Amino acid sequence: MMNKQERLVAAIENGTVIDHIPSEKTYLVASVLKLDRLDTPVTIGQNYRSKKLGSKGIIKVENKFFTDEEISRLSVVAPNVVLNIIRDFEVTEKKTVSLPNELTGIVRCNNPKCVTNNEPMRTLMHVSDKKHGVLKCHYCEKEQEISKVKLV
Amino acid sequence: MKSAKKDFVTIANLTKEKIMYMLEMASEFEKHPNRELLKGKIVATLFFEPSTRTRLSFETAANRLGAKVIGFADPKVSSGTKGETLKDTILMVSNYADVIVMRHYIEGAAQYASEVSPVPIVNAGDGAHQHPSQCMLDLYSIYKTQGTLEKLNIYLVGDLKYGRTVHSLIMAMRHFNPTFHFVAPKELAMPNEYKIYCKEHNIRFEEHTDFNEDVIADADIIYMTRVQKERFSDLMEYERVKNVYILTADMLANAKENMKILHPLPRVNEIAYDVDDNPHAYYIQQAGNGLFAREAIFCDVLGITLDEVKNDKTIIEG
Repeated sequence: MMNKQERLVAAIENGTVIDHIPSEKTYLVASVLKLDRLDTPVTIGQNYRSKKLGSKGIIKVENKFFTDEEISRLSVVAPNVVLNIIRDFEVTEKKTVSLPNELTGIVRCNNPKCVTNNEPMRTLMHVSDKKHGVLKCHYCEKEQEISKVKLV
Repeated sequence: MKSAKKDFVTIANLTKEKIMYMLEMASEFEKHPNRELLKGKIVATLFFEPSTRTRLSFETAANRLGAKVIGFADPKVSSGTKGETLKDTILMVSNYADVIVMRHYIEGAAQYASEVSPVPIVNAGDGAHQHPSQCMLDLYSIYKTQGTLEKLNIYLVGDLKYGRTVHSLIMAMRHFNPTFHFVAPKELAMPNEYKIYCKEHNIRFEEHTDFNEDVIADADIIYMTRVQKERFSDLMEYERVKNVYILTADMLANAKENMKILHPLPRVNEIAYDVDDNPHAYYIQQAGNGLFAREAIFCDVLGITLDEVKNDKTIIEG
């Protein structure tokens, strides 16, 4: 049994609990996942104490399971958050979000002369350094830091 | 079954074997440039950005192999100016042509075109990104004058920051155990990413800011590029260095006998005219080698093998 202090927000029956969000990114995560457009209950909390992060955010989304593409988008802005998949009040799976090897149609290339910014087409980035978050555009081959790219 | 479509978009992914294969094919075309290997084929040259020398070289290569050429030399006459996408232009032209040569000011344009086009795409330069046929003719010029690509001392001089030809050359030479010397003013020094690339591929390099006869005495190849005024944020710095990176005939007194001077052209004043008659000068012949390199590129993307080129019965003598 969890004690009262640990149970930060009410448990959910089915859905996803996004945990270990750096506090200042809580609303960014909500925005990237377009949670404002959902019609299921969403609980957003921030500035909870965390041993790992000092201060963290938690988002509970009922009856929602995120697609790989949504998780890829999330990985760009908040790598290392944890998704707890809840079924029948139990955590059935824990996924640590990490950058995939490729980002297709997720972020824009920073090079204004790149073909992806001049043609109606999908972008493609290769993740050339996961640890430091370095992307390389498949088309113009410019390397860029993940903290400096914008989502599509 | 028809084999996968071949494109010539970048030099970066060519293996050592493939580079040597292409150079051998180019040398066959140097022996016999006039053939009918591409008789009945149509080559399209789409120049979304004007480049007269590159276009003439590609069109000559196509004509000498018996192909017919269509296309445009000036983007003002293409429908791109009416707002047509690159994809639509490429698909439209691929209805007519067997291979498309394209030059574009947009970076990555050739890669994208190769993904949408049912016919081979040959990249004739895409912005500051790649110009692989130039690299192929540079490699052929080095190979022809030195007899090998192995273990050469190659001096890259001038604008090493923006010069795409020097960047491509480093990547292509990674297979051949070279020693590079980067000779450039601080503002135009070799970017860090290429120095990292050298370290990752065990390519030796030294950096110099001086450019004089002692610095270059050890060179097998001196690859000159133009120091352009518009690249400088600090014009005082430009005035200070603009005459430092000029090669003159009196700097060649101690040069090794086999040393050759290359330049992607056009030159402005970075090679003094008194160098032109020096036996080390090679930049005009270098441009001429572009014909043979481009004949090889056409044949390769159209599925004609080195064996077929060697046993070609369509050679036109004389």
